Amino acid sequence: METVYLIIALAPLVGAIIAGLFGKKIGKTGAHTVTILGVGLSFGLSVWVFVRLVFQGMPTYDGNVYTWMMAGGYSFHIGFLIDHLSALMMLIVTFVSLMVHIYTIGYMAHDEELWPSDSQVRSTAYQRFFSYIALFTFSMLMLVMSNNLLQLFFGWEAVGLVSYLLIGFYMNKESAIYANLKAFIVNRVGDFGFLLGIAALFAYTGSLNYEEIFSQTGKLATATVMLIPGQEWSLPSVVAILLFIGAMGKSAQVPLHVWLPDSMEGPTPISALIHAATMVTAGIFMVTRMSPIYELSTTALSLMLIIGSIGAFFMGLIGVVQNDIKRVIAFSTLSQLGYMTAALGASAYAAGMFHLMTHAFFKALLFLAAGSVIMAMHHEQDIRKMGGLRKYMPITYVTALIGSLALIGFPGTSGFFSKDSIIEAVELSHIPGAHFAAALLILGVFVTALYTFRLFFLVFHGRERMDAHTRAHLHEPPWVVTLPLTLLALATIGAGGVMYPLLFGDFFRSIYVAPDHNVLAELHHHFHGALAFLIDGFLAPPFWLSMAGVLVAWDVTLYRSKLGIHVHSRLGWVRTILQNGYGFDAFNDYVFARGARGLGRLLWKAGDALLIDGLIVNGTARVIGWTADRLRWIQTGYVYHYSFAMIIGLLVLLSWYVLR
Amino acid sequence: MALPLAKQFALMVPELFLLGMICAILVIDVFLKNSQRNVTYWLSQFSLLITGILVLTMNPGERITGFDGAFVSDPFSVLLKLFVVGITIAVFVYSRPYMRDRELFRGEYFVLGLAGVLGMMVLISAHSLLTIYLGLELMSLALYAMVAFQRDSGRASEAAMKYFVLGALASGLLLYGMSILYGLTGSLDITRIAINLAHSPHPEVAVGLAVVFIVSGVAFKLGAVPFHMWIPDVYEGAPTSVTLYMGSVTKIAAFAMVIRLLAEALPSAHIHWGGMLELLIVLSLAVGNVIAIAQTSIKRMLAYSTISHVGFVFMGVFAGTDAGYAAATYYVLVYALMSAGAFGMIALLSRKGFEAENIEDFKGLNQRSPWLAFMMLLIMFSMAGIPPTVGFYAKLVVLQAVVQVDQPWLALYAVIMSVIGAFYYLRVVKFMYFDKVEEVVPVRLKLDAGILMSFNGLALLALGMFPSVLMVYCTAAAGGL
Repeated sequence: METVYLIIALAPLVGAIIAGLFGKKIGKTGAHTVTILGVGLSFGLSVWVFVRLVFQGMPTYDGNVYTWMMAGGYSFHIGFLIDHLSALMMLIVTFVSLMVHIYTIGYMAHDEELWPSDSQVRSTAYQRFFSYIALFTFSMLMLVMSNNLLQLFFGWEAVGLVSYLLIGFYMNKESAIYANLKAFIVNRVGDFGFLLGIAALFAYTGSLNYEEIFSQTGKLATATVMLIPGQEWSLPSVVAILLFIGAMGKSAQVPLHVWLPDSMEGPTPISALIHAATMVTAGIFMVTRMSPIYELSTTALSLMLIIGSIGAFFMGLIGVVQNDIKRVIAFSTLSQLGYMTAALGASAYAAGMFHLMTHAFFKALLFLAAGSVIMAMHHEQDIRKMGGLRKYMPITYVTALIGSLALIGFPGTSGFFSKDSIIEAVELSHIPGAHFAAALLILGVFVTALYTFRLFFLVFHGRERMDAHTRAHLHEPPWVVTLPLTLLALATIGAGGVMYPLLFGDFFRSIYVAPDHNVLAELHHHFHGALAFLIDGFLAPPFWLSMAGVLVAWDVTLYRSKLGIHVHSRLGWVRTILQNGYGFDAFNDYVFARGARGLGRLLWKAGDALLIDGLIVNGTARVIGWTADRLRWIQTGYVYHYSFAMIIGLLVLLSWYVLR
Repeated sequence: MALPLAKQFALMVPELFLLGMICAILVIDVFLKNSQRNVTYWLSQFSLLITGILVLTMNPGERITGFDGAFVSDPFSVLLKLFVVGITIAVFVYSRPYMRDRELFRGEYFVLGLAGVLGMMVLISAHSLLTIYLGLELMSLALYAMVAFQRDSGRASEAAMKYFVLGALASGLLLYGMSILYGLTGSLDITRIAINLAHSPHPEVAVGLAVVFIVSGVAFKLGAVPFHMWIPDVYEGAPTSVTLYMGSVTKIAAFAMVIRLLAEALPSAHIHWGGMLELLIVLSLAVGNVIAIAQTSIKRMLAYSTISHVGFVFMGVFAGTDAGYAAATYYVLVYALMSAGAFGMIALLSRKGFEAENIEDFKGLNQRSPWLAFMMLLIMFSMAGIPPTVGFYAKLVVLQAVVQVDQPWLALYAVIMSVIGAFYYLRVVKFMYFDKVEEVVPVRLKLDAGILMSFNGLALLALGMFPSVLMVYCTAAAGGL
């Protein structure tokens, strides 16, 4: 089986290398063929592994395949841990990735038009894009299949790198460069915490291997650490919070979320793959993986609950005032990631993972549908200039509707099952902050429905606001685009069916939940079958809230479109706050970016230029040069001066060493 | 136990052969026309080659003294003599085109040069105070005459005069020290002096006095501060072909004298001369490296660089251990190679009516002759002590020896001074590679000189990569003292 796992991970890498290094030779068709073959192979084998593992009872695999290095008496291994959790992630990653690969053929077909004609990278941009997304698939697989924290970190950084490269894919655009730099720097903050967390774990357990770390949880539970003299902190809390800081960066949690909206500068397929479905959920996956550590720290769980729910509600709110089709969905992703994090905080890891899966499908679907719209609109992304697209693009319309319904959690869709179970789990939780979180999450449902259907109505319904030229060219995209849409729509509808085994069965055997935290077991108590859950869904407040959201959206966009303007004039300041994203960006720019630059300038001018260069380096040189200029005059050229020097030297030697 | 007379003479067969050839060349040269001067040249080279071969074949492979202890042949002397002969051959090759262009291509240069070599060989093999002085004076007299060789040049005459006056003073100091030593021990033989000093009680002050004068004398010959003043003036004033000769081979002979006098005759007085050498080292490193920075003439710059290298050679001696002597030997041999290359380069780049004596004259050498520029780069890197050239390794072994005798601060000081020194070596490299000249005058190069220069430069690189090739012999030489 080892070979199979290696092939799953390496096949996309091979595709990426061929498409990346030989892109010019093999051409566009060659590039997408080879990467799709690689990712397709990974997907096929992932399905096979999943089936064998889940349905045929194959035991969990945990083994090292390669020793990377030895240092300080510890061997760093590359190894795989293939259990139900990683098998599910592999399935999600390879499936969405494959869909995005196919979709990209259509989306990027005319990409050259977006580059300046004298750009040197223009001719191979297509191949480069495929190389990057295949490389991303490899990195993400390495991340989820890892059996140790080091390899997880490798994948973690590698996906960050590819994300950086893809956000800045249009490297001639200044906004793209700004965005990818921002993503990179913000993620550094998170990674710093993450790395410290890994180091702390290694320091206390002497291992990076999950299995070996988890076998020592008993010892860890009571361990304390003194970071500030006189302050004893519980080690599991410190480690869990540090690791969660890493997750905050990668999974865009408040306040490290600021990079995600800007990441929409990248081409739409990667917004679907990386910035919605897979990479940003790496943090959720990591916390789930590390559940035995998190269960030791109520503090960390509480922190996750609060941060997650804040993100879920307030980030959704920003989505309401956005006019860029991709940014609306991006804020929606922030909000949904908040839901997942809140689930983790309530110890409902399985619910978080379930939502991760359904979200991967419906959010990828929404992004790809948005991409389809953008293509049809000739790269116009402002929803105020769209409208009435329903009759031009029926497939996109239907699939987008399915995605939107799943996003607002309409009963019966997969989003309903996953989101409702999160809300109910949080309601049942006794961890400090759970009530606050539950309230925000329920309110969030209204907001979700509002921004989702505001977007939906503005794009697909109502007056056609685009110009005549664009309208004349509106048409449904080719099959390579509609096929992934359809398949993802099917997955979006069907994924809800696995709720029972995922949440209440023993599917996630590797997740450990402390008995007094086990909200899902309690939820199981109240659970009387999917149908009852469904019917309950229609009667519960979340449903009515979401219906209210849809209604308001309909009201402001279609029925009384003037109302929006009215609200705008009355509540302008609210809108300003929301449009500025609560001032996070301004704060970061002002305090951190300007502060860091100011500090850097100070150190440069005072420390480097003045002290080191001026005083130490050039100062020394100047002193030596000056001395040399003076000393050379000792060499007068007079022979009696020379002999005098010799006699003086002799006298010094005599008096110093003989007559002392 | 004395050797049979024939075997004693066998020890000095190379010297005797060279003496015979000098007389022969002197006579033959008289009968040659100016256009036939090449005969003298080739005869001289032939004599050197045979002398070198004789040194090798007559090598006893162990330490044998003859003539009642006045003359010694040991691995140390064989190694040094081979280098003296070999580098002199190179010096003659580099000088020939230079002297042709200046109408200095006369028999006297070669006769004096060979006489100097004879003096050096005697000095290297000398094992009594008398032979040491004989060898030293033979070498020095030849050098005084050579510096003044360009009779119509005021600069050269001035330099020769200074050298002669100061050299006489230094010889006087050395002789005075030797006389005290003789008075104390009643012997001229180095072995006996060493035994006597070690085993009989002597007034400390008297020994110290002798040591001071001897150290001053040898410091003058090598050019350590404050006995260095003659070096820049003489190096600059003398014709480049003579500077080339003085700057390279004579250092080897002077070093032999240092070893014979300090390491062999006065090991028991290490407490005296150790401290004195330390002072000389500190001053030499500082003055040599710092003043070199302010020079515009490359000959003067290299003269100051010599002073700093002498500091390094003395550091090896200062350590007073076998490892230290081996390191110093290694350093001085490598230095002679580098110095021959550097001054040889100046001679090769000069042409009729043009002396390449300013650092600026090296501007844009890379445009004119990339290969020569690369060779000069190797020489400069080696002098600065940048790996992988041999200069790095030479400095390394010396510093190692000093650290081993618990003098880390001296080593640290030497390293800092080397960093300062690196500046002016690298400045030459910068001039060669990064500064452009308007008119590119191609370098005319004789084949033999070109090949030898390539060999010289590449040897610095090769020895740097395989330093043990030479180090083995140096260790053996130091072990056989």
